[in-house]
Amino acid sequence: MVEVVGVILLVVLTLYAILAGADFGGGLWDLLAGGDSTGRAPRRLIDDTITPVWESNHVWLIFALVILWTAFPRAFAAVMTACALPLWLAVLGIVLRGTGFAFRKEVEGIRWQRLLGATFAFSSLLTPFFMGTVVGAVAAGRVALHAEHSTLTVWTSPTSILVGCLFVAVCAYEASVFLISEAANREDRRLERYFRHRAVIAGTVAGALSLATLFELRSSDALLYHRLTGRALPLVVLAGACGVAVIVLVLAGRSRGLRVLSGAGAAAVIWGWGVAQYPTLLPGTGLTLSDGSAPHATFVTLAAVFILALVLVVPGFLLLFWLQGRQLLESDDPPTMSR
Amino acid sequence: MTPLLHVFGVLAAVREVVPARAQMATTLGFHIILACFGIAFPTIVLIAEYIGIKRSDEVAMTLARRWSQALGVLVAVGAVTGTVLSFEMGLLWPGLMRRFGSVIGLPFALEGIFFFVEAIFTAIYLYGWRRLRPWAHFWSGIPIAVSGIFGALSVMAANSWMNQPGGFTMKAGRVVAVDPLKVFFNRAAAYEMPHMLLAAYLVAGFGVASVYAIGFLRGRRDRYHRLGFAIPFVLAAALTPVEFFVGDTAARAIAHDQPVKFATMEYVTHTTRDASEYLGGVYVHGHVYAGIRIPDLDSLLVGFSTHTKVIGLNSVPAADRPPVPTLIHLAFDVMAGLGSLSLIPLLWLLLAWWRRRSLPRHRYFWLLAAGAGPAAVVAMESGWIVTEVGRQPWVVYKLLTTTQAATTNRGVIGTLTAVIVLYTLLGVATVLILRLLARRWRKDDQRALAVPYGPPRTPDQIEAR
Repeated sequence: MVEVVGVILLVVLTLYAILAGADFGGGLWDLLAGGDSTGRAPRRLIDDTITPVWESNHVWLIFALVILWTAFPRAFAAVMTACALPLWLAVLGIVLRGTGFAFRKEVEGIRWQRLLGATFAFSSLLTPFFMGTVVGAVAAGRVALHAEHSTLTVWTSPTSILVGCLFVAVCAYEASVFLISEAANREDRRLERYFRHRAVIAGTVAGALSLATLFELRSSDALLYHRLTGRALPLVVLAGACGVAVIVLVLAGRSRGLRVLSGAGAAAVIWGWGVAQYPTLLPGTGLTLSDGSAPHATFVTLAAVFILALVLVVPGFLLLFWLQGRQLLESDDPPTMSR
Repeated sequence: MTPLLHVFGVLAAVREVVPARAQMATTLGFHIILACFGIAFPTIVLIAEYIGIKRSDEVAMTLARRWSQALGVLVAVGAVTGTVLSFEMGLLWPGLMRRFGSVIGLPFALEGIFFFVEAIFTAIYLYGWRRLRPWAHFWSGIPIAVSGIFGALSVMAANSWMNQPGGFTMKAGRVVAVDPLKVFFNRAAAYEMPHMLLAAYLVAGFGVASVYAIGFLRGRRDRYHRLGFAIPFVLAAALTPVEFFVGDTAARAIAHDQPVKFATMEYVTHTTRDASEYLGGVYVHGHVYAGIRIPDLDSLLVGFSTHTKVIGLNSVPAADRPPVPTLIHLAFDVMAGLGSLSLIPLLWLLLAWWRRRSLPRHRYFWLLAAGAGPAAVVAMESGWIVTEVGRQPWVVYKLLTTTQAATTNRGVIGTLTAVIVLYTLLGVATVLILRLLARRWRKDDQRALAVPYGPPRTPDQIEAR
C-alpha cells in the first residue's frame, strides 16, 4: 500500500511540475519581455493564458504537501526543519507571484502595473529555484532525520544549486512550449516565432543543466548516479529523447504534439528520480518508504481520496482546459447598467 | 548542572514557540477572513445571478457580475494565504506533523479535493461570463458554493480534532492505527463545524451588506444599492438565530469536553456549584476585577440548573492552564455580545417587512447594518482567540503541548517580522483594489447616466420602467 501512495505522490508532483511549472515559467518570460511597448504583446499572451488556470494548477502543490505530511510524517518534519529557509523563500515567491498577478489586472496607471508586474515576474523565479534547492538537498542526502536546525550547508551544495537552476530552466522551457501552441491557436505568427526562439534557448539550457547535474552527482552521490544510469536509465534516456524531439519540432516550425512531448520529458525526469531513489525515502538517513510512514488505514484513505479526486477533479480540469483551448474564457470587465 | 541545562532548554524552546504562535495567529487570522468570503460569497453571487436570470433583472445581473470580480480578487489572495498556512503546518509545527501528521492530514487531504473543485469552477465562472449561456454559467457556479461548504467542514474537522483528538491508537509514542471516520467526526466536530460554517456566512453576508449600507447612508438609495444590500443581509440575518443556538450549544459542550478552556472563558476559579457569570472584568492572580457578576447564571447556562457543578481552573496545575485568561474571557464576551446584538437588525428588518413590505428607513438601522460587517469579523476573530488560546498549553488536547510541536529552528522572529510587514501590505493592497473596483463601477454608471438619448439606463430609470 505504501508504494501505491508513493506512486500517487509522484503523479501529483509531476502534474504540479508540468502544469504549474508552465505558469511560473510564464513569469520568467514576462520578466524578460523588455520595455512597456516591446513587451506588450508577449505579456498579453502570457497573462491571457495563465489567468484562468493558475489557481487550479497551484492546488496540486497543496495536495502534494498534504500527501507528504500524512503518508510520510517523519520525512516531512525532517525536510521542513532542515530546509526551512529555502522553503520560506519559496512560500514568499508563491504569495508575491499570486497576489502580484491578481492585482496587476485590476490596478490603474502604468506605474502600478509595472511594479506589480515586476513583483509577479520576479517572484515567479523564487519558487521554482528554492524548491529545486530543497529537492536537491533531499536527493543529495543532506537532510538529517533529527536535524534541530536549518543550516545553509544543507541546501547550498552544488547539487542543490544546479537543481534549483534546472527547475527555473525547465519552467521557462515548458512555458515557452505552451505559449507556442497558444500563439498558434490565436494565429499570431509573430508571437509564435518569438516563443520558438525562446523554447530553443530554454530547452538547450535545461538540457545542459540536466547533464551538469548528472555529472555533478557522479562525483558527489555515487549511489544515486549509479541508479540513474542503471535501473532508471530508460527514463533518463526518454527524458533526453523528448527534449531533443521538442527542439527539433520547434526548429521545424511544428506545433502539434509539442506540449505532450515536453510534458513527457519533465515527467520522465521526475519518475527517473523516483525510480532511482526507491525504496529510500530520505537518502542518507536510511529511512525507507515503509518505515518512515503512516498506519495502513491512512494509506487506504489517501488512496481513496486520490481516486475521489480523479473522479471529481479530472472532468473539471478537462472542462477548464477545453473551455480555455476554445477561448471561451476571457477576462471580463463587468458592464455598466446600460449593457 | 542538569537542571540548569533543562532551564536553558525550556527557555530556548519558549523563545521560538512564542513567535511561532504569533506568526500562526497572524497568518490564520488574516486568511480566515478571506476564507469566509471564499466559502460564503459564491452563494451570495449565485443568488443575485439566479434573480437576474429568472426575472430578467438587469440590476441583479450587474450585481452578480461585479461581485464575482471582487470574489476573484479575494479568492486569489485567499489561495496564497491558505498555501502559507499549509507550509506553516510543517515549518512552524514539525513536532505536531511528525507525531500526528498521519491523523490530522486526512481531513486536509479531503479538503484538497474541494479546494480543487473550487479553484477550477471559480475560473470557469469568473471567465465564462461573456461566452457561456446564462443558465450554463449559473450552474458552473454551484460547485464553487458546494465545495466551499465541504472544504470548510474538512478544515474544521482538523481543527476540532485538535480540541477532541480521537480515532487513532498510539504505541510507544507513535500512531499505529487510524480510524478515519472517527478522526473526521470527532467529538468537537458536531458543534465546531456548523459554528464556523455559519460564521463564514455571517462574515461574508454582513460584510458585503455593510458596503451598500454605507452607500445608503451616503444617499445612494437606488435599487442597485437596495438589492445589493438586501441579498447578503437577509441571508446573514436569517442565519443569525441559528448561529446563536449553535454557539450556545458549543459553549455547553466545551464546559463538558474542555473544562479548563471553559473555566478560563467564564472566570471559574474554583470548581463549584452555583457558579457566577462574569461580564467583562480583568483576571489577576485568581481574582476578577471590574467585572459585572451575575450569581448562579453560569451554572444555569451550563446545565439549566443553578446547582450545576462547573469545573474551575483549580482542577489542573497552573502549568496546564491557558495563558492570559483576561484575553480569552474578553474575547468570549465580545463574540457572545456581538452575536446577541446582531439579532436586533434582524428583528428590525422583520418588523419593517411585516408593517410596510420594505426595508427599514430609520437611519439607526442603516448605521447598525453598516457596523454589522466589521462586527461579524471581530466576533469571528474573537472566537478563534477563544478556541486557540483557550486550548493552550496544548496543541493536541492533553496529548501534545505547543512547545513540543514548535520548530527547533532559530529565527522565527525573523519570519514573523517578514509576515507582519508582508501581510500589512497585502491587507492594504486588497482593500485598495476593492475600492478601486467600486470606484470604476461607479464611474461606469455615471458615464451611462450621461448619455442623453436612448433607452433608460440608470438604475432608477430601470426601476421606474
